[in-house]
Amino acid sequence: MANHVIAENYVDFYKEKGKHTGLGAWLLTTDHKRIGIMYLVAIVTFFLVGATLGFLMRLEMLSRGRTIMDPQTYNSLFTLHGLIMIFLFIIPGIPGVFGNFFLPIMLGAKDVAFPRLNLLSWYLYISGGLFAVVSVFLKGGPIDTGWTFYVPYSIRTGTDVSWMILAAFILGLSSIITGLNFITTIHRLRAPGMGWFKMPLFAWALYATAWIQLIATPVVGITLALVAVERLIGIGLFDPSLGGDPILYQHLFWIYAHPAVYIMILPAMGVVSEIIPTFAHRTIFGYKAIAISSLAIAFVGYFVWGHHMFSSGMSDTARWIFSLTTFLVALPSGVKVFNWVATLYKGSIELGTPLLFCMAFIFLFSIGGLTGLVLGALATDIHLTDTYFVVAHFHFVVFGGGGFIFFGALHYWFPKMFGKTYNEKVSKAALGTMVIGFMLLYFTMFILGYEGMPRRYYDYLPQFATLHIVATVGSWILVGGILVMIGNLLVALKKGKKASMNPWGGRTLEWTVPSPPPVENFEEIPVITHGPYDYEYNINGDSDKMEENYH
Amino acid sequence: MQQNNESHKPHIVGYATYIFVWLSLLALTAVTVTVAGINFGGITLLIAIVIAIVKSSLVLNIFMHIKFDDVVFKVFVGIAVLTLTAVFVFTFFDYLSR
Amino acid sequence: MNKSAETIMTDKPVIDQHLQGEHEHKDPVGAKMGMWLFLMTELLLFGGMFLIYGTYRYMNPEAFHSAAQELNTIIGTFNTIILLTSSLTVALSITALQKGNRTLSVLLLAITIAFAFWFLINKYFEWSHEIHNGIYPGSSELTNRTNGEILFFGLYYVMTGVHGIHVIIGIVILSFMLAFIVKNKVTPENYIRLEISGLYWHLVDIIWIFLFPLFYLLR
Repeated sequence: MANHVIAENYVDFYKEKGKHTGLGAWLLTTDHKRIGIMYLVAIVTFFLVGATLGFLMRLEMLSRGRTIMDPQTYNSLFTLHGLIMIFLFIIPGIPGVFGNFFLPIMLGAKDVAFPRLNLLSWYLYISGGLFAVVSVFLKGGPIDTGWTFYVPYSIRTGTDVSWMILAAFILGLSSIITGLNFITTIHRLRAPGMGWFKMPLFAWALYATAWIQLIATPVVGITLALVAVERLIGIGLFDPSLGGDPILYQHLFWIYAHPAVYIMILPAMGVVSEIIPTFAHRTIFGYKAIAISSLAIAFVGYFVWGHHMFSSGMSDTARWIFSLTTFLVALPSGVKVFNWVATLYKGSIELGTPLLFCMAFIFLFSIGGLTGLVLGALATDIHLTDTYFVVAHFHFVVFGGGGFIFFGALHYWFPKMFGKTYNEKVSKAALGTMVIGFMLLYFTMFILGYEGMPRRYYDYLPQFATLHIVATVGSWILVGGILVMIGNLLVALKKGKKASMNPWGGRTLEWTVPSPPPVENFEEIPVITHGPYDYEYNINGDSDKMEENYH
Repeated sequence: MQQNNESHKPHIVGYATYIFVWLSLLALTAVTVTVAGINFGGITLLIAIVIAIVKSSLVLNIFMHIKFDDVVFKVFVGIAVLTLTAVFVFTFFDYLSR
Repeated sequence: MNKSAETIMTDKPVIDQHLQGEHEHKDPVGAKMGMWLFLMTELLLFGGMFLIYGTYRYMNPEAFHSAAQELNTIIGTFNTIILLTSSLTVALSITALQKGNRTLSVLLLAITIAFAFWFLINKYFEWSHEIHNGIYPGSSELTNRTNGEILFFGLYYVMTGVHGIHVIIGIVILSFMLAFIVKNKVTPENYIRLEISGLYWHLVDIIWIFLFPLFYLLR
């Protein structure tokens, strides 16, 4: 293995002396690690903006009637909250930050296949984000269509839909370029000896995700572009008064937007598959099953989009076909959950913060996944369509799944990325607070939805008042937990102790290089002779001793 | 490792092959234009699509070298075409049964 | 699955990893792979529009037929021949460069670009003719027609328009390649950029191969 890298005086990538200095060293870099850090800064910023919007929405729902804003503002808030959280946080989140930072290292490469395209992708992300922000302040006012841009309303509304569509288009392009880069990297730059089934599972998850990004995103790109053209010159394709079919828009939108849910969740599943063996000190159970199930989810997940349209006027035949495929896609997700739990069985478990994040993930994601089946069944869906039940299901999957693991991954790789350790007591307390707040906020919504509370409504009937108050209090606790968690990491950044090379005892390649990693990751490209979670084999071997000397 | 060697010694397609393919493409264009003038009823569209598929596979295989390249590129194109076909089929589950 | 996956995925390269980073084009197979993946996204982008076309044609068969009578089949056929020939010239240009004949390569590339312009000029006259007849989105002539005809012409303008944008992008890319060959940045030893630009141009051709019968040959 690549133990040679632990030279006495390696240059970590923060201290690199490149062509550019100061801010230019970041903004003009092609180093995948620096780009990963830039994504981290941007994505966490947008997450906080999105969270603030959600917080304000919950505050509005504290009491009936007007609490702090008027109905039009509320419409804009839920639209912007959705757009920001989906397009600017959860879709680019794990691939942008941790994919960029760790994929090349985990494969034993010095960078991604196209470093300059990688930087371009970051710039597209930033410009997309800026367009989205700018559109809020234009004269039409913030967009109020909901994040789905459903026609015909999105054609008729006076708000600035076209700008937001431009933003979404650019973000889609960024997503495509990242996906293209990762696929080529995985095909071309694996270290010698690393066959497909010796790749870490995080790489497998990114591979499956990248395929969805490539295949699904162009469809929504052209669909949204057509909505903008429709607004501009009235071609009639989505305008019912000119013969267009709004349901066709929904088909095209969900052909992308359902697979997009798997763009959000697959990388998170990959991270969980990394963290669990590390903290159980045991090889992963069913490596191939997990690897293949990622591809299976990507594949089957492409053909379930119709379940968003059960009550839209789609034909009965199509409804039962899409209901069937929806039940099928639950299988590979189930395979993963069982494999993770089986990995823990008889392991010597160390309850580190990242593992607790995974536990929270499995718990919340299982609730989200199973309620997804409730919505996938035709009869119950008719009752629950467009209620808080859907909102709750979606947040359990995407926030409880993808969002929690974004932060779980941050806690897992924080020592490697920044070379600092954080206070685990605080992070565990923050996580506990987040889970409590999360359950109060979103589990309540299942009950509200089941009782008939429609989503996106500004006002509600008196019988829903108590549960709405509970949910809003939950949002305060959740936000409190998030702030403590981020604060803890910021303190660690300033005052944390120096992290060792392999603080958790991981077995994948990123733990064989110093923290933070050197400029080109490896002095010598490692030769892979064993599987990624082989606990029989001591990767650090002598290097553990060397490391002690080193500090 | 075989493919890798190939990438070092590229497969050069001769001028004559390209010109032959081009002539075939022109001939197929003539056929499709002629056939469109005759009314075959319901299968007119089918004929046009089949000819278009033959033409594009000529372009893909010879002009775009996919016949001589790494097999992985064929898999990529296959994935794209299959996905697109499946999306058509699933969407038409709705429209054919309305 | 395992076996076939292994055989499909035996594209494991042995690349000198020092060549990564700044010199990304030193892995020609990787560069080509990136381009193929991009072309897949283009295919699906147009695929979305073909899906819209298919659905609306299925819903309005007669209107699509009668509307298509107004398109000029001759100009469409002519443009098909132009694009097919330009595909030939760009392919020949790559062979010429591979065989070391830079002058011929540059000449063929210039012919390709000329064909691309010719295509656009024809397109311009075709569109002007339609617009002169009052057929364009939102025109009073068109809005008085049936829904099916409005949709047909909406799709006609959008799909040939997006294709036209791709032709323009193709012209830009091929012009860069021409300059690169002249300046010896693309050489008989290192021609991958020309090759992947050629791939892009062939895709533009393939899209047109499908657009042509679906709009111009509907009688």
